[in-house]
Amino acid sequence: MTHLVSIDNVDMRYGGAAGTLAVSGLTMKVGKGEFAAVVGPSGCGKSTLMKLVTGLHIPQSGVVVVAEKQVTKPVSIVGMAFQNPTMLPWRTTLDNILLPLEIVERHRHRLRANKKEYVEKAEHLLETVGLKGFGSKFPWQLSGGMQQRANLCRALIHEPELLMLDEPFGALDAFTREELWCVIRDLHAAQGVTIILVTHDLREATFLADRIFVMSARPGKVLKEHAVPFARPRDLEVMYEKAFNDMVHELHGEIASARVVA
Amino acid sequence: MSVLTENTATPGKPLAQRINWVKLAPWLYTIGLFLAWELLVIVLQTPPTILPAPSRVFQAIVQYWSPIWKNSLQTLYTTTVGFAIAVVAGLAIGLFIGWSKAIYAGLYPLMIGFNAIPKVALVPILVIWFGIGAVPAILTAFLISFFPIVVNVATGLATIEPETEDVLRALGAKKLDIMLKVGIPRSMPYFFGSLKVAITLAFVGSVVSETVASNYGLGNMMSSAQSQFNVPLVFAGLLMLAVEGIAMYALMAWIEMRMTGWAHRSTMSQ
Ligand SMILES: Nc1ncnc2c1ncn2[C@@H]1O[C@H](COP(=O)(O)OP(=O)(O)OP(=O)(O)O)[C@@H](O)[C@H]1O
Ligand SMILES: [Mg+2]
Repeated sequence: MTHLVSIDNVDMRYGGAAGTLAVSGLTMKVGKGEFAAVVGPSGCGKSTLMKLVTGLHIPQSGVVVVAEKQVTKPVSIVGMAFQNPTMLPWRTTLDNILLPLEIVERHRHRLRANKKEYVEKAEHLLETVGLKGFGSKFPWQLSGGMQQRANLCRALIHEPELLMLDEPFGALDAFTREELWCVIRDLHAAQGVTIILVTHDLREATFLADRIFVMSARPGKVLKEHAVPFARPRDLEVMYEKAFNDMVHELHGEIASARVVA
Repeated sequence: MSVLTENTATPGKPLAQRINWVKLAPWLYTIGLFLAWELLVIVLQTPPTILPAPSRVFQAIVQYWSPIWKNSLQTLYTTTVGFAIAVVAGLAIGLFIGWSKAIYAGLYPLMIGFNAIPKVALVPILVIWFGIGAVPAILTAFLISFFPIVVNVATGLATIEPETEDVLRALGAKKLDIMLKVGIPRSMPYFFGSLKVAITLAFVGSVVSETVASNYGLGNMMSSAQSQFNVPLVFAGLLMLAVEGIAMYALMAWIEMRMTGWAHRSTMSQ
């Protein structure tokens, strides 16, 4: 399998030579079409990892390669979604979702002439996440969970090859969260997009991912890599099986001991 | 406003309950102020050369209507021209300062220092450069009112949420894209909010300048009325200034509502 993302022995320090060493000796590879989850103690450098992969930060040493190119500036084949939905309040939900198209080189020159086609696409995405008919509403007229769904649509509108999700469901209630897990699961199955998900929720990681990376406390590096054995398509019921709970339990133990070491 | 609609729906209620007291309040309080003032003058029997009663002031307005009207228009003119320059320059300088952290850091202390200078002190210099008349008044109005606009626009730009910026930069957005798509729309509520402050300051600037260095305008009218001990006319001038100030403020508040309604219904942090 070819690797879409490959991080090799990367060190990243914030704020100059005497600053915080966020990650050190970080190595990880994610194959094309794979669903990877990253878990680890708080402050261990998971968000930093996301920024390294997207090219928002350039590491002081080591190499990050995305789609066979070394990352030296922001790569535009990614879609990103954070815990905080960061919708722009002066744009309608639909216009918020179309925003990436106004930026990405490949689309921005086509947008005006092909507006209708893009709007249809956005509306289709809205329907997929269960927000049909909400495009004309402003983000502040939506609930937190609805904003997070719209946020996902925005991350997907330009058909990124790589989707980076940084704790996107952290602020949601359990039921909405499970619903969105299914949305993500189906998107992944249907579009073959590569996904890297950072999360604190071990059940979420186990339910969604093909591969789980456990990180050490800061400075973060990958402690352990788990392949998730459960067959796809997975049903929410899988979470009540013994093998599932054993895996969650094992992950829990690893992170607990990683915290203690720190 | 719901008070009104709720109660008009039930016509059986007494009149006192059908009136929207909140909407009426500004008028009632204004009338109350004038009544209290009138009473105070009657009780203390202050001579009109110290504190004229409002009735006396209104009488002066009627009596001197032609010069009052002419000078009010003049003051309104110098103020709005100065204010308009301040809006254009303030917006431009604000965008420039907010553009990068380095420019922001470098120019901000200079701006603070400049703002600390009392603008009255600049009027003599302006008179040396431009002579007395409308030009120093316009420039003083401009100088005093452009600072809040600059600060607000620059602050709006400089406080873009890092996550928003990250999402866009990860897509390959240039600095200009981020400014156009996020920075400028985002700073608009700050900008329109600052207009309310700026317009009131602009009146201060133009009147101060007219008082010391002009032959026209309410400032000049009041200072010559004062030298003739025509105190009711001085108060008439003050009243006209208050009216103009409230009218322009209301206009700015209305523009703010129209342009940035979204900012009043949402939290900026999202
Ligand atoms: N912009 C920054 N400047 C300086 N230090 C930073 C910066 N961003 C992160 N750090 C530091 O780097 C370390 C890793 O931060 P990071 O945000 O990657 O952690 P995280 O794993 O995402 O944590 P959490 O699970 O709480 O989100 C932290 O110790 C943090 O203090
Ligand atoms: Mg984080």
